[in-house]
Amino acid sequence: MADHDHSHEHGSELSETQLRVRALETILTEKGYIDPAALDAIVETYETKVGPRNGARVVAKAWTDPAFKQALLKDATAAVGTLGHVSPVGDHLVAVENTPQRHNMIVCTLCSCYPWEMLGLPPVWYKSAPYRSRAVKDPRGVLADFGVALPKETEIRVWDSTAETRFLVLPMRPAGTEEWSEERLADLVTRDSMIGTGLALTPAEIAK
Amino acid sequence: MNGVHDMGGMDGFGKVEAEQSEPPFHETWEGRVLAMQRAMGYAGAWHIDDGRYAQETLPPRTYLAASYYWRWALGMEKNLLERGFVTEDELKAGHALRPGKKLPRKLTKDVVDAGMTRMSFFRQQQGPARFKPGDRVRTVNINPLTHTRLPRYARDKVGTVELIHGCHAYPDSVASGRGDDPQWLYTVVFDGRAIWGPDTDPTLTISIDAFEPYLEPA
Repeated sequence: MADHDHSHEHGSELSETQLRVRALETILTEKGYIDPAALDAIVETYETKVGPRNGARVVAKAWTDPAFKQALLKDATAAVGTLGHVSPVGDHLVAVENTPQRHNMIVCTLCSCYPWEMLGLPPVWYKSAPYRSRAVKDPRGVLADFGVALPKETEIRVWDSTAETRFLVLPMRPAGTEEWSEERLADLVTRDSMIGTGLALTPAEIAK
Repeated sequence: MNGVHDMGGMDGFGKVEAEQSEPPFHETWEGRVLAMQRAMGYAGAWHIDDGRYAQETLPPRTYLAASYYWRWALGMEKNLLERGFVTEDELKAGHALRPGKKLPRKLTKDVVDAGMTRMSFFRQQQGPARFKPGDRVRTVNINPLTHTRLPRYARDKVGTVELIHGCHAYPDSVASGRGDDPQWLYTVVFDGRAIWGPDTDPTLTISIDAFEPYLEPA
């Protein structure tokens, strides 16, 4: 593959990449290592079942149920495990809470570790060099790229996912949502708000 | 290893550009690569850290130029070849030319849900934890040619243990073929100024998850 390493970006050669990946799948199947039907099911799961809605439900529950929130911050894996409707998570989930004093942001500078079960597939920007390089050094600059400006006295905490622990940001609950149901609140919880590059939507923003 | 994958604190990569309404996959082959990687991992062909190390040892130019899933494909191919699961002539032929090696298990359609739940990295502790939350620690100054999860920017820096995550498989050993070698894992937090110098935003703190061999008392 070495002589084709950088040819995949060009449209005319995309089909070549496709063919090479297909050949690899053929070889692995013929050798008995993989089952193409299982591959189909994995792809389908990522395309249709796993996504930030899982995380949003967890956040909305934490906003409305103080006991759950406490359990989530103590042991996120165990707490999420009690919610039958959310896909199972691995052993090492940690939830970190945003407050008026502190804003949390998640990155993986070494590769692209991400809480897949909670948020689905990571977006391209999360896996990109600009984010991985800058999040730990200039998080306010990164937030500005996302159109977010925080008070200058707010503490910024960046969590570099250097091991198998996975982090989920518990964003602040927007004002004016006191009477909202869990279901409705979940609509305010964006993927980026759970990574820490955004905030939860306000009632005014979602009304737009 | 001190590769280009260790990006924390590098300058010059530009703005973070988020794509609106990003699809799960931009090309069909991306999903196949992801799924093949998952299936080979489930089968026990190699460990997740072997997958990371294979990507880290790609030529730097290749690493930086490749899209995410293409980098996965290149890393996977490297592991397949190096571990003898596939041979060069088979890649060239596009077909298997001889039977496969035996693997511990196979991901079939009926076990996909189980196969997609993240495995646990907890391991039996080999001794008591050396540190507790609140302890001041200094990270070691190491520059191994092999796989490590101690990023360059956080080496030889003083911080504070904040969380203790139990005993985990140790990537530095796993990716060097020395087995799980279980180690205690901690979240260690640093003042931004201890990492980037006195001009740094005083509100910034950064944490890494550090395996016990990365730490010394400070």
